[in-house]
Amino acid sequence: MATQTLIYLFVGLSFALYIGIALWSRAGSTSDFYVAGGGVNPVVNGMATAADWMSAASFISMAGLIAFLGYDGSVYLMGWTGGYVMLALLLAPYLRKFGQFTVPDFIGTRYYSKAARVVAVICLIFISFTYIAGQMRGVGIVFSRFLDVQITLGIVIGMGIVFIYAVLGGMKGITYTQVAQYCVLIFAYMVPAFFISFLITGNPVPQLGLGSQVNDGSGLYVLQKLDLVLQDLGFAAYTDGSKSIIDVFCITLALMVGTAGLPHVIVRFFTVPKASDARKSAGWALVFIALLYTTAPAVGAFARLNFVETVDGTPYDEAPEWFTNWERNDLIAFQDKNADGVMQLSAGTAFTGAPEYSEDTGPSGERLVTNAPDPASANEVYVDQDIMVLANPEIAKLPGWVIALVAAGGLAAALSTAAGLLLVISSSVSHDLLKSTFRPNISEKGELLAARLAATAAIVVAGYLGIYPPGWVAQVVAFAFGLAAASLFPAIFLGIFSKRMNKEGAIAGMVSGLLFTFAYIAYFKLANPAANIEANWLFGISPEGIGVVGMVINFAVAVAVAKLTTAPPAHVRKLVDSIRVPRGAGEARGH
Amino acid sequence: MEEDEAAREAEVRERHEAYWRENVRLLITLMSIWFICSFGAGILFRRFLDQFMIGGYPLGFWFAQQGSIYIFIGLIFFYVWKMRRIERKYDLDD
Repeated sequence: MATQTLIYLFVGLSFALYIGIALWSRAGSTSDFYVAGGGVNPVVNGMATAADWMSAASFISMAGLIAFLGYDGSVYLMGWTGGYVMLALLLAPYLRKFGQFTVPDFIGTRYYSKAARVVAVICLIFISFTYIAGQMRGVGIVFSRFLDVQITLGIVIGMGIVFIYAVLGGMKGITYTQVAQYCVLIFAYMVPAFFISFLITGNPVPQLGLGSQVNDGSGLYVLQKLDLVLQDLGFAAYTDGSKSIIDVFCITLALMVGTAGLPHVIVRFFTVPKASDARKSAGWALVFIALLYTTAPAVGAFARLNFVETVDGTPYDEAPEWFTNWERNDLIAFQDKNADGVMQLSAGTAFTGAPEYSEDTGPSGERLVTNAPDPASANEVYVDQDIMVLANPEIAKLPGWVIALVAAGGLAAALSTAAGLLLVISSSVSHDLLKSTFRPNISEKGELLAARLAATAAIVVAGYLGIYPPGWVAQVVAFAFGLAAASLFPAIFLGIFSKRMNKEGAIAGMVSGLLFTFAYIAYFKLANPAANIEANWLFGISPEGIGVVGMVINFAVAVAVAKLTTAPPAHVRKLVDSIRVPRGAGEARGH
Repeated sequence: MEEDEAAREAEVRERHEAYWRENVRLLITLMSIWFICSFGAGILFRRFLDQFMIGGYPLGFWFAQQGSIYIFIGLIFFYVWKMRRIERKYDLDD
């Protein structure tokens, strides 16, 4: 069967599966809609959390990111896994014991204040929307690259699918769909990884392959060879980084704390039956995530090695087929600076910015770009980092069904994360704003309807942001973590571990942490991007890592303000006592 | 009667506090390990550790891209197991 037919078949089948699950698991009550009735098995929840967590960026972009960053890519690997230790140990079991529906629920009740709840809702919506626009875009990109469909149409199809299972099934539908999506995405990720690891090292397990010798008879280990090859071309060694230690430290910490503070991740732990299950579930989530996250650095390294070896010094007209395939898809460009028809790689960029193709082809048949060449570098090849995963099956010469699998996997990763985000947005509107703040008399039925309407509205907004991505989305999407680290995490942590923390302290802390982080990021990323260099950074910390400073400010302000104002009332101290012990969790309930 | 109740309440509070102290001690230990293997071995001391090899991995690099993730999983499941025992000991399990 032709690859294209297989792709339609695989994607179609996976969509049919998601819709089938949605019809089977419709939500009947608000508890079903918000927390899947609170009865999800911890291992199942772990798997759903993993799918929820691993976005289009994890699936498509991360290995490529690491391939080009080398050691510096470790910030993502440690940052996006270490947060689960904080979740399991410091947050999840207590929030589950608390036993309500949303993150603002906890903050509003613990800090006995509607204002605190509303501040939390604002943080949550801001974080979730910056994140979700990227997911919808990811859906569109996978569609357009694998199915030859316009990005806009792809996004609309994606919106339709998410609409069916998120609006009908709520958290219940999302949970079981995410389990299916995890299976699809992990299978799609591992199959090409096994093959490429076997191809390069003779060991099919990528985690071991990365520590093995290259099977070209040189006796060199993969990483040694990669260091040598890259240094020959003038790049930094792969196992060396170029970021400063303090920056690596802060980015990693910001990503970890941010992960632990992301509402769509936290809320998944409200769906298990008991507080002890929340701990277990976080462990399982990390097992399922680690499967992909320990594979990604191997895929990145193999793909980089393979790429450099096949491309550097090869005449364009002898380039492998995948090279021209992806050139056609705008992900690769060859700019023959010295006009010898041979592709030379070197440190630095071929030209600035993304390639702008003209209609013409050059003397060797390459697509010409109109970008001005970068005179500082001899590099002639532009390559989009996403290619390291997308082109893997072709590089490893795998059959068409593997390519179809990767398409289905990328869609599964993007859709599962989008659905999780939509849910927290809609529940914060229907539950936190409507039911708990502005319309306390609303009936259960009315609240469920409001939740569905809010989910629908959120899908439309997310789709719009995906089709017309405002410039700032791409600029700030990675910063959702910094904002979560600087706003929500400290408020939740102090709410559990400090009985003295009061509403004045928590609100002042959240607001100052959020404002500081937001201002720093906005200054360097939006207002004055030219100034975004190490010499101008506070303590040498890049905007990616500044959430750590925001978090410290949040903690400091919260503790200081709480000291100067009155202690929380007795019923709140009792509440803290009760969430600290696991006994008597019961099912999640409204109030 | 009232004295009995007061005594029982004091006993419960005592038990809860002892449980919480033990939990916090365990948390400090585990979070220290979490910090040492990721931020310590993977970032702050990785240049020093990189002179040793584990298979084809420089050790610091291995911690940063593989080892710390495995240790994170181990930490969570150890906490699950240990807390279960502590909760049984204080009769507070769920």
